[in-house]
Amino acid sequence: MIKNISNLGDAALYCDFGKEVNEEINSYVITYFNHLKKLVEDKSIQGITNLSPSYNKLIVSFDLSITNFQEIKNKIETIKILNNKKKKSKKIQVPVCCEEKHALDLLNLSKKLKTNPEKILSLFFSKEYFCYMTGFIAGMPFLGDIDESIRVDRLKTPRVKVPKGSVGLTEQFCNIYTFESPGGWNIIGNTPKKIFNKVDLNNPALIKPGDKVSFYKITKEEYLNWND
Amino acid sequence: MTDAYFEILRAGTNSSIQDQGRKNLYHIGITISGAMDQKIFKISNALVDNNLNEGVIEFAYQGPLLKLKNGSVNFAITGNIDFNIIRKNSIIEKGRCFQNYFLDKDEELDLIYTKNSVFGYLAVEGGFKIEKVWNSYSTNTKAKIGPNNGEKFSIGEKIYLKKSEVKNFEKKNIEYNNSVATTIRTIKGTNFDYFSKEAKNNFFNEEYQVTNLSDRMGMRLEGPKLENIFNTNIKSEGLVKGVVQVPADGNPIIMFSDHGSIGGYPKIAVIITADHDKAAQLIPGSKIKFKEVNLDEAESLFKTYSKETKSYLEKIK
Repeated sequence: MIKNISNLGDAALYCDFGKEVNEEINSYVITYFNHLKKLVEDKSIQGITNLSPSYNKLIVSFDLSITNFQEIKNKIETIKILNNKKKKSKKIQVPVCCEEKHALDLLNLSKKLKTNPEKILSLFFSKEYFCYMTGFIAGMPFLGDIDESIRVDRLKTPRVKVPKGSVGLTEQFCNIYTFESPGGWNIIGNTPKKIFNKVDLNNPALIKPGDKVSFYKITKEEYLNWND
Repeated sequence: MTDAYFEILRAGTNSSIQDQGRKNLYHIGITISGAMDQKIFKISNALVDNNLNEGVIEFAYQGPLLKLKNGSVNFAITGNIDFNIIRKNSIIEKGRCFQNYFLDKDEELDLIYTKNSVFGYLAVEGGFKIEKVWNSYSTNTKAKIGPNNGEKFSIGEKIYLKKSEVKNFEKKNIEYNNSVATTIRTIKGTNFDYFSKEAKNNFFNEEYQVTNLSDRMGMRLEGPKLENIFNTNIKSEGLVKGVVQVPADGNPIIMFSDHGSIGGYPKIAVIITADHDKAAQLIPGSKIKFKEVNLDEAESLFKTYSKETKSYLEKIK
């Protein structure tokens, strides 16, 4: 449930569902998101320009020339969410090449964690991950939770360019850079698989919130010859 | 009648089609994009009698050199732009911003540079012949989304116009005050209290300088380091245009139109909507101060901003 609503600047609401990150809190965020999305689509709420769900927050952007913080806050406070049903999740497998060229931060990571690179990778590949949200760049999935022994902070200064397909770790999460972009995650490999298909306007993102994702290792040759 | 088009003889630094931006796609990671300076983008359309949300060419620093092939066009340039119109027989006519012009077949438009500002706009009557992608003409070159396959324009390309000929050319212009901001007004961010007392004090009292690492996505600033005493990472969450994030290195980054939809650095402040346009126009090396306002003040400053925009648009009619 929403614990607090505050303003993020003058044109967005910051709905806080709590500090913890887990599937239960996340599913409340998604439920509110879906509810509001429907109100926007049915035009029963005016002025909302974007909804941005994440692990435990929902940011609602609005057009200040149509509405304001107090109006949207009042509307959201009247929403009653009764059941919080979980949707069936899809399972997706993602190939990753961890050759030196692609694993930009693997060596530094092994120094930081004082463990060898093979151990980091074997722990990474051994789990199935839950997709909490997609975003930052189009279709980028935020997945978790990675093994406790391979968790690190973001890079101190984000990279100006992270290559497309990079697979990164931060804290309890991992993700996939669907496009070249700036970014601060610790990169351990690269996938040749198409995670976001901009040509498919109805269903562009391969991985959606609630899906389960597992990774498997591929060789340089398999990477180069990959065909979706 | 052959279709009129511009041939790009020089593409410029970063020339792309933009409009008001995209809506309701943050949740799949598609950001808003759209014109960095919304006010003068709208004015450019008004000067050529367009719908205010028609797609225009946004350019930064050095603009494009365009040659009109076939037909004729009614165009307007907004911003603080040094530009020439190269008429027949190579006669050079000095251009004036915030005024429309008639350009005939084989004449050229040379957008030389943006003076003491970053962005300028070229609108043509009727608009450019391009397809909307996700309900917007805006180009996001990072995600490769939008017209022209999401790419900025390059030399040799052709940009077709919806209208091939100007029927009744009517002169329009306004006086526009291209002021340069030295103060940017903000509301405290959701992580304001993550920062040390000194950092909070510095943020609102010291000067910050715009660095070269600035584009449509974000603007990195340098100044007294902003020390985070709580946690330099937050759980990734949504971002909006105008958020000032501070990574562990203590240097603030302002989020602009092509910003990532989600971010994990603490938010020290958010620039008020009324100041988005002028913040976007700050050139590298500019020194600014952040000023704190509350939500009520921000809302009333937005009303002033809207009124000002409206009064410019009414003067054009």
